[in-house]
Amino acid sequence: MTTVTAPAPATTVTGGAREPGFADLMLSEWTKIRSVRSTVWSLVILIVLTLIATVLFMQMGVANWDKSDAAQQAEMRLDPTGTILGSGILLSQLAVCVLGVMVIASEYSTGMIRASLLAVPKRVPVLVAKGAVFGLVVLVVGELTAFLSFFLGAPILNEKAPVSIGDEGVLRAVFGCGLYLSLLGLFALGVGAIIRHTAASITGVIAFVLVIAPMTRMLPGSVGKHVHGYLPTEAGFLITQQHSRASDVLGPWQGLGVLALWTAAVLVIAGVLLQRRDA
Amino acid sequence: MIEAKNLTKRYGDKTAVNDLSFTVEPGRVTGFLGPNGAGKSTTMRLLLGLDRADAGTATVNGVPYRELAAPMRVVGALLEARAVHTGRSAYDHLLCLAQTQGFGKRRVDQVIDQVGLGSVARKRAGGFSLGMGQRLGIAAALLGDPAALILDEPLNGLDPEGIVWIRNLMKSLAAEGRAVFVSSHLMNEMAVTAEHLIVIGRGRLVADCSTEEFIEHSTEQSVLVKTPDRERLAELLRSEGATVTDTDEGDLDVVGLEAPRIAELAAAGGLVLHELSTRRGSLEDAFMELTKDAVEYDAGVTTAGGVK
Repeated sequence: MTTVTAPAPATTVTGGAREPGFADLMLSEWTKIRSVRSTVWSLVILIVLTLIATVLFMQMGVANWDKSDAAQQAEMRLDPTGTILGSGILLSQLAVCVLGVMVIASEYSTGMIRASLLAVPKRVPVLVAKGAVFGLVVLVVGELTAFLSFFLGAPILNEKAPVSIGDEGVLRAVFGCGLYLSLLGLFALGVGAIIRHTAASITGVIAFVLVIAPMTRMLPGSVGKHVHGYLPTEAGFLITQQHSRASDVLGPWQGLGVLALWTAAVLVIAGVLLQRRDA
Repeated sequence: MIEAKNLTKRYGDKTAVNDLSFTVEPGRVTGFLGPNGAGKSTTMRLLLGLDRADAGTATVNGVPYRELAAPMRVVGALLEARAVHTGRSAYDHLLCLAQTQGFGKRRVDQVIDQVGLGSVARKRAGGFSLGMGQRLGIAAALLGDPAALILDEPLNGLDPEGIVWIRNLMKSLAAEGRAVFVSSHLMNEMAVTAEHLIVIGRGRLVADCSTEEFIEHSTEQSVLVKTPDRERLAELLRSEGATVTDTDEGDLDVVGLEAPRIAELAAAGGLVLHELSTRRGSLEDAFMELTKDAVEYDAGVTTAGGVK
């Protein structure tokens, strides 16, 4: 066990003098994501719980149909897709925020970041590759969840608020749901990279997404309406609605664009800080 | 070749590394010594681009670490602090690092065998003992078959078998023509492993010389004399220019005269000697002597005097 063997000659080790590229970095980040059990399980639980929540909420909606007021009934008839996706998103966006933070902050809490930066001392490519891989993983999981939710929820809701994937705005809303989750995950990743502490980052992101952003709805006047409308989650969420509401300040794609801009801004700040700070 | 030129690093108003310059040559083990808080780890972090220097440059083969395209092929590093995700297996840890350099699974298997972690490679690194963690860190350092190695306290937490293993590994890596730069607070371990020493205290260079020179120049050679005629001999030796002190055991400690000369003087004076022995300080003594003014955290006890 303790015999010392000389390292193999450089030629066999390096496999030729190939310069490592961005694809190698992405492969490395993929290895990182799939090799931590908690991440994999979180994604599985995300899918399962979201689907369970969707089915439960839809059955409750149908069962309590006669007890709900006219406004609620009208809302569900107007936007069955938003109703189906909305119940699951509450849960899945939480999970995605936590995962986004964990993927980067756990590198700081365990010290892994030092190994990562020794391997890639230019630093920013690490963040880009990590974001690309995590964003793609969440996109796949998000689309899977969104489409499964729709096809599980629509038949339950069918007798009260019929909807088909071919209806206007439905495919966009369902597909957009996965995009929304993916961008939100990257937003959380950016915050995690800036704050670098797991608990603080998770608290920050969730307080913002779940508490502060919805609270801005209560701000008075047109200014309040626009502040609320342009916040990352409130804007991004619009893509999951089948039809726009009169009160919306942005269209569905515009809203997703606003979330994308927020995410880009957070990631740029994270990149600049990563470059500047001591690790 | 690893080179530091006028390196300076400040944290707030504390200067951790102060205008430090040295070169680590290939083909030998260079020990990096200094008391706790002297700036050893900071210096290594500056060499590896983890911290940014306030002044000066650090290069490996003439290139700053942060500009290396495939750095692990040039420098292998073991940091003092753990740098492993606790939820990942040793194999996956090495694999994700290998992939950044364009290496495949075969290379990972090779280094796992080389450091003797084969039986636990698929277990989570979080459950590793300190010694296994050090082996994993060494495996990561060796991944790229690098021309230079920077090892921060590699002996920490290792059992005697592990210490012998690392000692032989470092020597064989140096014998293959690599530059091996290793920090330690275990002076005597460095005495048998390192051919060359760089000693710092309070972030400044204290010594940069061969291990032999270091011991020779920084420890006083003294002669222990046992004699029934203590006072008379002491007087005689003092008149010849020696510094004579009484030891706790009632013997004489003579500095400034060689043993043969002391014997001659004693014979000429008709004095009896029971013992006459030359003593040379150990590397430990040399280190304490050299850095006694540069100790960051002084416990208030003069350790240097108590070791003899």
